[in-house]
Amino acid sequence: MSDLSPAALNPGAVPLLRTVGLTKRYGSFLANDKVDIDIWPQQIHALLGENGAGKSTLVKTIYGLIQPSEGKMHWQGQPMVLSGPSEARAHGIGMVFQHFSLFDNLTVAENVALGLDGAESFKDVSARLEQVSRTYGLPLDPKREVWQLSVGERQRIEIVRALMQDPKFLILDEPTAVLTPQEADQLFIVLERLKEEGRAILYISHKLEEVKRLCDTATILRGGKKVATCNPKAETAASLARMMVGGEIKKVKAAASRQIGVPRLVVNDLSLLPDDPHGVRLEHISFELRGGEILGIAGVAGNGQDELFAALSGERLSKDPLTVVIDGQSAGHLSITQRRKLGAAFVPEERLGHGTAPRMRLSENALLTGHAASNMVQHGFVNTAATLKTVDRATETFDVRKAKRDPEAASLSGGNLQKFIVGREILRQPGVLVVNQPTWGVDAGAAAVIRQALLDLAARGAAVLVTSQDLDELAEITDRIAVMFHGHLSVPLPTAEASREKLGLLMGGSSIEPTTEAPHAARA
Amino acid sequence: MQLVLEKRAERSTGIALVSPLIAIALTLVTMSILFAILGKNPIAALGVYFIDPLTDSYSLQEIAVKATPLVMIAIGLSLCYLANAWNIGAEGQFLMGAVAGSWLAVKTQGTDAGHWVLPAMLLLGAIAGALYALIPALCKVRFGASEILTSLMLVYVADLLLDYLVRGPWRDPKGFNFPTTAEFDPVATVPVLIEGGRLHFGSIIALAVVAAGAVLLGRTIKGFEIRVVGAAPRAARFGGFNANQLVLVTFAISGALAGLAGIIEVAGPIGHLQPGISPGYGFTAIIVAFLGRLNPVGILIAGLFLALTFIGGEQAQIAMKIPLDVTKVFQGILLFYVLACDSLILYRFRFISASPKVQSGAH
Repeated sequence: MSDLSPAALNPGAVPLLRTVGLTKRYGSFLANDKVDIDIWPQQIHALLGENGAGKSTLVKTIYGLIQPSEGKMHWQGQPMVLSGPSEARAHGIGMVFQHFSLFDNLTVAENVALGLDGAESFKDVSARLEQVSRTYGLPLDPKREVWQLSVGERQRIEIVRALMQDPKFLILDEPTAVLTPQEADQLFIVLERLKEEGRAILYISHKLEEVKRLCDTATILRGGKKVATCNPKAETAASLARMMVGGEIKKVKAAASRQIGVPRLVVNDLSLLPDDPHGVRLEHISFELRGGEILGIAGVAGNGQDELFAALSGERLSKDPLTVVIDGQSAGHLSITQRRKLGAAFVPEERLGHGTAPRMRLSENALLTGHAASNMVQHGFVNTAATLKTVDRATETFDVRKAKRDPEAASLSGGNLQKFIVGREILRQPGVLVVNQPTWGVDAGAAAVIRQALLDLAARGAAVLVTSQDLDELAEITDRIAVMFHGHLSVPLPTAEASREKLGLLMGGSSIEPTTEAPHAARA
Repeated sequence: MQLVLEKRAERSTGIALVSPLIAIALTLVTMSILFAILGKNPIAALGVYFIDPLTDSYSLQEIAVKATPLVMIAIGLSLCYLANAWNIGAEGQFLMGAVAGSWLAVKTQGTDAGHWVLPAMLLLGAIAGALYALIPALCKVRFGASEILTSLMLVYVADLLLDYLVRGPWRDPKGFNFPTTAEFDPVATVPVLIEGGRLHFGSIIALAVVAAGAVLLGRTIKGFEIRVVGAAPRAARFGGFNANQLVLVTFAISGALAGLAGIIEVAGPIGHLQPGISPGYGFTAIIVAFLGRLNPVGILIAGLFLALTFIGGEQAQIAMKIPLDVTKVFQGILLFYVLACDSLILYRFRFISASPKVQSGAH
């Protein structure tokens, strides 16, 4: 590829930030391996890579959160050593994290004031906050408490907080992961504007179309190493993906003849108050899922998907048995073990600590969900041979790569552990499978294996419910898609008719609430 | 060169077994220095501490007698701790077991009660210990009260109740006003194993408890439940296990074992109920449980080892005028090293050279 960097066009220019041979070692693992990257003013620079490619490590190093094992950084040509984020901020580096660091019970202004380094009075901070948010078209009410705000609004707080430091260089870690397509468009306008002001932006993403549209330069990481720097506008999404993955990605294929059978999972008017005071209340959720069918649930994170999963799995019980019906049996009052005995299986979003006990062996983690309905337990005694057999079968069927036969769950990579968890459940031949974020943080190869497994399971007559924030994933494998918003579930649309625009509007809450009141008002 | 502690990908089973031995070795080195500072010959002192008690039958029996309650209590505590339920009140459950069993011994005193008395006493002791342990467990489950505080505070309640009973209603009329019950009848006494010796049947029960604990934790679904609730509570809930119910179960088991140990101690080596029946077995058992890695066989070894320090400490006081408090110092240093060496299970030392290394060729 040709060298398009401003240095080539303008010899003698000095990049805003240059990293030379930046390396971060965790034990024998190289999270970053000699990464060279140049950041220029007035450019949006994409940092691409699969999960685990080292993107987060790199930006955390640049932001001073972690110290590099080797390598140097130069800021405007001068060597820069950062002992912490406050020093990075003092240089003019700002960062918006993927996971927000906000206090739910404090107001917007209080949160912003807490995050600022200077000794500014609270009144001045509030005034400046209003001014910055107005200037950049990021509306925020300084007096609102954070827990009342949508995820998009919370992200705005983080962005405004970063902008109030007047940074020369702003890092955004997967900012659109939590946004609806429409909210993402608004964010892009803000980013373009920041670029016009001469600021540099480092934009982390794995959404290729977005990067092609927005970014001037892209650096691609794979396995901790920089594999390329290119102009994303001159590349295709496929060529970018090849560089990220280092090969072609297998396409999943749906079985030609999928029979839609009888209803296997029925939810009737399920309403549930959250356990957690800041949780989402489920409001009159009803749907019917038939054998052979895959229903997708889209929605921005935190709109009740976790609460729905808990209600379906039986981690939370409902008083009315009829709210959840599994294969014709009322199950709303049944425990998760009893629901498993009815032939249901569940895969939660969080792999470590929810789906598995991290410090226990895979055979023990097979027992975790297998004890309910299998030959793993006889007269109260554990049949170790049977648990090991499940591990071996899952390993073989789903290509789980591990260092030894029966390692601890935490020692597996995210993708391999997810393949094990999905495999563990599918091997039980469930009639109903409820999966939350099946490929979250999983490499492309493993994601393809998992999606294929879900399609094959449905082809064998099981009912599959997939909750995901990845609309492409839902488009690829589901038959119908419904959208969750503020604890409500929309009427499912056939996937063929569910355009991104339609889903985006539903994810923003437009046609679910018949009234025109603001979303947060509906939630209060 | 720089020494760093780095996380292992997986916990090391080998180190998990070796770490207590490293800890003991480090403790012995530290103790030698301490003895030298005290002006004693370290080799001779360690010999009196750790070798002499192993050379005569009396001391060996005494070690087993001391280890019996420690091991029984520690097995029960290990179940609680594995399940993330913090029973600190085994001392109180031990005392309540002793009191409940002694009630039957006192009531049947002098009557021609048959051989059912001792088994009934042991059963009563276990039940009383379990019920007493259920008080903090229920308070935790029902009201969210910290079981650490409530179980600990109930120790003093049990202690004072025992004190009241032996000074008041149960005092031996012929006991010259000493606060003690009369000697228990033979049918209310735990039989000795060797005629004229101190080793008693309770040690056999302790071994059975170790075996039962090993089977429970290693082979049964209940044991798996206990381990997974403690190791990953959310995953345990996802697995269908009820953490609250398990708090009740593990507290009841550990209370029962502590209560059983209490009545065995009273009906065995002591022979009557009196204040001060425990030199803090319920608390020392906490050290035993952790030194034994919360593993039944490990606890058996740890229990014998701590019993050895008790006996060795007494002999060192007699033979070398080393203060008895040195034993407590020893136990404290030991616990310190055990916990320190535990970090090696999850971490390892690595030397890193300061100069950048030449990397092997990239692919």
